[in-house]
Amino acid sequence: MSGALAQPALMLSLLLFTIGVVGVFLRRNVITVFMCVELMLNAVNLAFVAFSRQMGTLDGQVLVFFVMTVAAAEAAVGLAIIIAIHRHKDTLDVDAFNLMKW
Amino acid sequence: MIDTVVFYLFAALAAGSALVVVGQRNPLYSALALIVTMGSLSAIFGLLGSPFIAALQVVVYAGAIMVLFLFVIMLLNVKREDGESSQSPGLRTTAILLGAVLLVQAGTVLWAWQVAAPAGFDASAVKVAQALFSSRYLYVFEATSVLILAALVGAVALAKRER
Repeated sequence: MSGALAQPALMLSLLLFTIGVVGVFLRRNVITVFMCVELMLNAVNLAFVAFSRQMGTLDGQVLVFFVMTVAAAEAAVGLAIIIAIHRHKDTLDVDAFNLMKW
Repeated sequence: MIDTVVFYLFAALAAGSALVVVGQRNPLYSALALIVTMGSLSAIFGLLGSPFIAALQVVVYAGAIMVLFLFVIMLLNVKREDGESSQSPGLRTTAILLGAVLLVQAGTVLWAWQVAAPAGFDASAVKVAQALFSSRYLYVFEATSVLILAALVGAVALAKRER
């Protein structure tokens, strides 16, 4: 019964991923950009679950678990970097962070 | 039948709140909208027959990661992006255009992927834990604990005020 929903779930996953990609380019606030990356990770998780349902294997579910672990680690380190940068630059505008820009 | 209706309800909610995340200028409202997206995705995971992942989604993403985001937003007292965007309108148009290209291209590929899903799929917590602790993923699982420890130390070292 739930198998018929796997295809629409893949489409939703693609839509969410695209919204995240466009958001990374459109937004200037580094925290919002970071949240768009989290949105993309969520979209990929949905794709993993949908593929797992379609193939009838549990590997996709295990991968989602790992993606979530890495996302939690990435959020902790990323937000720490944002706090450190905010302390130095006193702004969160991504255009201001150009020290390593060529 | 009711599954399909509930699925599209939550899919619309997820897509709509994702648009709010991107369109909103105030990061605080973006974060709250992202929580709605993650909650809807959790419901969709449940509908796809993965109750374990649905629970993890709420606990890890909505519970832990988003609280961290809200904490940082309020700690830094983030204001909304004001004034005109510094990005040229050409860049914005290109970004949206490339997004549309991605949507169409990947959509075509995914739409062609028509596989009949097998019946009797069981992804309960016991089954997923069984797969997780099988010899195939055991070392990867152990490696993630090292990763989290490294992230923990790194986060403290980065956010610490230098004296």
